[in-house]
Amino acid sequence: MGFFIETLIGGLMAGMLYSLVALGFVLIFKSSGVFNFAQGAMVLFAALAMARFSEWANAALGGDSLLLANVIAFFGAGLAMLFVAWAVERFVLRKLVNQEGATLLMATLGITYILEGVGQTLFGSEIYNIDVGMPKEPVMMFESMFEGGILINKEDFIAALIAAILVGLLTLFFQKTPVGRALRAVADDHQAAQSIGIPLNRIWVIVWLVAGIVALVAGIIWGSKLGVQFSLTTVALRALPVVILGGLTSVPGAIVGGLIIGVGEKLSEVYIGPMVGGGIEIWFAYVLALVFLLFRPQGLFGEKIINRV
Amino acid sequence: MLYRENGQFKTTYAADQQIFTITQDKWFVIAVIAFAFIGVPMIADEYMFRAILIPFLILALAALGVNLLVGYCGQITLGAGAFMAVGAYAAYNFQIRIDGMPLIAAVLLGGLTSAGIGIIFGIPSLRVRGLYLAVATLAAQFFCDWAFLRIQWFTNNSSSGSVSISNLQVFGWTIDAPVEKYLFCLVFIVLFALLAKNLTRATMGRQWMAIRDMDVAAEVIGIRPMYAKLSAFAVSSFFVGVAGALWGFVHLGSWEPAAFSVDRSFQLLFMVIIGGMGSIFGSFIGAAFIVILPIFLNQFLPALGSIVGVTISTAAVSHAELIIFGSLIVFFLIVEPHGLARLWAIAKEKLRLWPFPH
Repeated sequence: MGFFIETLIGGLMAGMLYSLVALGFVLIFKSSGVFNFAQGAMVLFAALAMARFSEWANAALGGDSLLLANVIAFFGAGLAMLFVAWAVERFVLRKLVNQEGATLLMATLGITYILEGVGQTLFGSEIYNIDVGMPKEPVMMFESMFEGGILINKEDFIAALIAAILVGLLTLFFQKTPVGRALRAVADDHQAAQSIGIPLNRIWVIVWLVAGIVALVAGIIWGSKLGVQFSLTTVALRALPVVILGGLTSVPGAIVGGLIIGVGEKLSEVYIGPMVGGGIEIWFAYVLALVFLLFRPQGLFGEKIINRV
Repeated sequence: MLYRENGQFKTTYAADQQIFTITQDKWFVIAVIAFAFIGVPMIADEYMFRAILIPFLILALAALGVNLLVGYCGQITLGAGAFMAVGAYAAYNFQIRIDGMPLIAAVLLGGLTSAGIGIIFGIPSLRVRGLYLAVATLAAQFFCDWAFLRIQWFTNNSSSGSVSISNLQVFGWTIDAPVEKYLFCLVFIVLFALLAKNLTRATMGRQWMAIRDMDVAAEVIGIRPMYAKLSAFAVSSFFVGVAGALWGFVHLGSWEPAAFSVDRSFQLLFMVIIGGMGSIFGSFIGAAFIVILPIFLNQFLPALGSIVGVTISTAAVSHAELIIFGSLIVFFLIVEPHGLARLWAIAKEKLRLWPFPH
């Protein structure tokens, strides 16, 4: 029982990180109808910027204050993401307004290549560390309740906490601020939003920036766990089943979907994996999402798709 | 004046139903095919065959298959690489497990197996649409990647999942030299392109297009969506599977599952979108573009660097390649979102009116 709960909690925490990446997809899809394959490349780009800026800032400050260096690096990386958002809107999205979904999808794949190339040219292509001072040692909990207790990775716990806080902040931003209201208006209906004077272009920059910040946070968390390296881009592929499971247009969907996929992956790997030779997490997530889709084609929380002739 | 239907009268039904209704088109295609069979083997050298022509032909065949599904039936797929893998590994198993299996039969059986798997992974298309479906087809990709790596039976118990095939023979003719491989692939691609052209003119292709344009309306006028969608998946997977078998047997010789990774799927979709959705000619242009561009950049960038007097490191070249490749894709999507084949269609319109455009 203790082992089962341990796996479950591990799954929930991994799921929280998937939600974070999935959130980036959902934000952009809602507001601009673009299925953003570049989200993984954005995670890589942001993490690379963060890692190198913090290294440089640390060197410039003489290594006194890791915290200050990290704060500077965070804002630096945020600025880099702002530039990415602006460039994407200015040079790609603005010219592709009203194109089909598939064309936009391909354009974001093009952006993926550009971001990967630019990121590695600017920041180098080695493996870098992000050290934001997260504790690494695992702790035992509930020793009185279960035999042997439950081993929890403190780092995972903090990561999940950060993800939860970020989601909370985003919700506040969307529900309570004028900009958030404008974003929701654009998501509902582009034309109506434009006709009441919401500048679409600026909104797109903002939403790509928000997605960029989300990618930055995801990049920091993944990067401090696994090191910043090229394989971070595959995070996007891991998060895709989350998006379709939760529904492309639903923020709560991304979170619940992330948790379901995280738990499903871990449990399947532990309990079904050994029977078939292991390594099944990656496709199991997709199959799980597919099974859900067969019953709810629009995802768990997505808007109902109505077809009219 | 030079190029138009006017004045080309058809007096029989057979003449009216021929593939190329304009005589100039017909002669142009015949000339291209003749050039590919006779002219190219005379002028191309071994490097051309190995690095450019053979990959181009095989990937064009795969792109054609993807185009049937994406461009004609409107079902976006990101799992084409998986069906190439299925074709390649199935053909491999037929070849080594059955004594005296002819090469062509093995390749075609590989395609048929791929068609079967394609139908299974096409079933979600009956419920989900558009981008949801695109992500759902990734399931096929990751499942096949995993299966060929972990299930040893498929790879004849080789531990790393890498298999190799040697001694290709067709009717006693040993396919060995690059030019022979090229001709072997060319026969396949010409026949399959012809097949695709005819399919899209026939009932099946028209049903696909109706489903693509508006599936509810298509259903109302009596087209069975299940039959149309699954047949599109089957035919597309068949084409892609045959291409996969050729890619493994003829181009690579020995391969492992990574040869058919998700990057390959993206690459095939790129070919279709850049070349032109719903255009057979477009699949060829798209394939040529995607195959030649990286090779060109790879050769051109260091050369450019040496002219300017800067030595560019290999890492920098590969990053610059990524950037230029990405930018060109975005550029082409912006200037011609309907693909390069559209340029040809525009040129055709202009030619019809020439020399009196008003």
